[in-house]
Amino acid sequence: MELTGAEITIRCLQEEGVEYVFGYPGGAVLFIYDELFKQEQVKHVLVRHEQAAVHAADGYARSTDKVGVALVTSGPGVTNAVTGIATAYMDSIPMVVISGQVPTSYIGEDAFQEVDTVGITRPCVKHNFLVKDVRDIASTMKKAFYLAKSGRPGPVLVDIPKDVSQQKAEYSYPATVNIRSYNPQTHGDIGQIKRAAQLLLEAKRPMVYAGGGVVLSDASKQLTELVRLLGVPCTNTLMGLGGYPADDKQFVGMLGMHGTYEANLGMQNCDVLLAVGARFDDRVIGNVGHFNSVPRKIIHIDIDPASISKRVKVDVPIVGDVAHVLADLLSVLNSSKQKPDAAALKDWWKQIEEWRSANSLAYKNSSEVIKPQYVIEQLHRLTHGDAFVTSDVGQHQMWAAQYYKFNHPRRWINSGGLGTMGFGLPAAMGVQLAHPGATVACVTGEGSIQMNIQELSTCKQYQLPIKIIALNNRYLGMVRQWQEFFHGNRYSHSYMDALPDFVKLAEAYGHVGILVEKPSDVEGALKEAFARKDDLVFLDFRTDMTENVYPMVPGGKGLSEVILAEDL
Amino acid sequence: MRHIISLLMENEAGALSRVAGLFSARGYNIESLNVAPTEDPTMSRMTIVTSGSDEVIEQINKQLNKLVDVVSVMDLNDGDHIERELMLVKVHAMGEAREELKRIADIFRGRIIDVSDKTYTIELTGSGSKLDSFLQAIDHSLILETVRTGASGIGRGDRILKL
Repeated sequence: MELTGAEITIRCLQEEGVEYVFGYPGGAVLFIYDELFKQEQVKHVLVRHEQAAVHAADGYARSTDKVGVALVTSGPGVTNAVTGIATAYMDSIPMVVISGQVPTSYIGEDAFQEVDTVGITRPCVKHNFLVKDVRDIASTMKKAFYLAKSGRPGPVLVDIPKDVSQQKAEYSYPATVNIRSYNPQTHGDIGQIKRAAQLLLEAKRPMVYAGGGVVLSDASKQLTELVRLLGVPCTNTLMGLGGYPADDKQFVGMLGMHGTYEANLGMQNCDVLLAVGARFDDRVIGNVGHFNSVPRKIIHIDIDPASISKRVKVDVPIVGDVAHVLADLLSVLNSSKQKPDAAALKDWWKQIEEWRSANSLAYKNSSEVIKPQYVIEQLHRLTHGDAFVTSDVGQHQMWAAQYYKFNHPRRWINSGGLGTMGFGLPAAMGVQLAHPGATVACVTGEGSIQMNIQELSTCKQYQLPIKIIALNNRYLGMVRQWQEFFHGNRYSHSYMDALPDFVKLAEAYGHVGILVEKPSDVEGALKEAFARKDDLVFLDFRTDMTENVYPMVPGGKGLSEVILAEDL
Repeated sequence: MRHIISLLMENEAGALSRVAGLFSARGYNIESLNVAPTEDPTMSRMTIVTSGSDEVIEQINKQLNKLVDVVSVMDLNDGDHIERELMLVKVHAMGEAREELKRIADIFRGRIIDVSDKTYTIELTGSGSKLDSFLQAIDHSLILETVRTGASGIGRGDRILKL
């Protein structure tokens, strides 16, 4: 039977088991929207801005291990989506973005709402396609989902001109996909894995450094088993939080610019480092020269060969899917007669505990003014550490990462690579839709939340009972902190003047708003918010205006050149 | 160090811009780049001459391999290879220079492929340095126009770049 391009597009989404499409209609996608209207299997969520559509698809993907799907129109629909696409790209999130394009005969004529979508998005997608022939839609969609999910995941964009969505073709969805130029390696080289095992068994000061790859590969179980078997300290990157249980005594906290003292010093001083699904980001290891100044052997497991030896030269590269490689590494270790060096480990742990005793996340609570850390601690306690927590970008993000102890993967949803303000609320929408009964908290600031505040309207339409935890310090806090430390206290444009009344704003959108000004009211307000199971509650916490995030490794410095709260 | 990288890629619209975009986005050098379809019309072969430290060259190879349209990549410098470049030079050829240019072209095994009463167009093939030498050997003021393809390369013997 012949179907139109638009019908084929929707059929493909159905075939892929797509539950939600986040989107915004417009001229170039009218035929596709018409087909969405005629069916019920794929549900469409109408956002208020295309950036939010992509972030929502992103949140959905991060919290489920499924491919997120967004649908936008040509021109401004696409350009608005670019921030969302780049966010997903930097964090390797599986996603398919379908964009409308002007009719093929208009392409290149500067038509109304025309942009070179494939050109604009090329540097921030895993791959993209312009479908010029209706007969290619089904095979292209199949490839798009396969590319998005396999190997190192990422966003894939499919640009469909309006006339192509209108034309007809014979439809059948390909059962298999084969891209001759694309063959990601899933299993690691066993020889390399044996070398890695040997290094780990001989190590005196071993350390495991695990990133977002563990979460993406669903390898938490294997990682946890490995860390316990070896008896080594384990740190997570910002993207990896939840990949190893935070409550475990072998967990030394997050590392990096705002990582714990013990994680950063462990990282710097270990003699064998096992990097798992992590990429030695500048926010993680700081100054490369400083990091390399200490000799250590590095084993690096990553599905993307280009991530290996990119910033830091490694000794044992292992290309493969983290879950597979860790399973193989475990079986090699389990069948080995040699055991880890218990005496050396004892000394190493003694050193780690000494660093840990610096208690680098300690802060001075106050009965006068709300401390942001206290809010996160209470949030953690009252949600039993089991909520989905999305965040925006800035100080609140770091406090959420530091004080909400994630024991499970896919619970911590944040824009780590791109650092996109405005991510938190739309991402929370995707998370809430994926997990209807779950507790979803969006930790944000008064700056970030205003970057996609319009989504309060979407939340009303779809009755998403997200709890917005706004740490409102009337400053763009992270900017203010850097200005205090590195720019002579000149607070250039970091003060948030003329803020709206968030309570009234929430109410205007049909939600509940609560203003919290006293530390003694924090617990009660959170309890009230979480008791309102069916309502979105906007909690406006007026927090300490000048609180800083500690510890801090200043940009360009080494991991041991850390500023602790007590230093100031 | 200078490297000559050969790659096979899908002969699809936009494939070239993915490679060119990768080089500019990541700050890699391109000394020259050429591309044309192969005997298999679905595939193009590209030759890129670049330079960088060993680490940068390793990253270039990996990043190229990562592009979905790229089928296979070979750093020709990893083994024996042959490198050729084609140059067309239009020169002012009158009076005494006319004979002299013919002689020098012969020495370099160039061919005169177009003649007018005032000009010659000389075709020359060889390594980049041979083409440079030719340009140095002739009177610079006679050169009207030069066009070079950039290097193409191929592995020696059993070194074959294929799917």
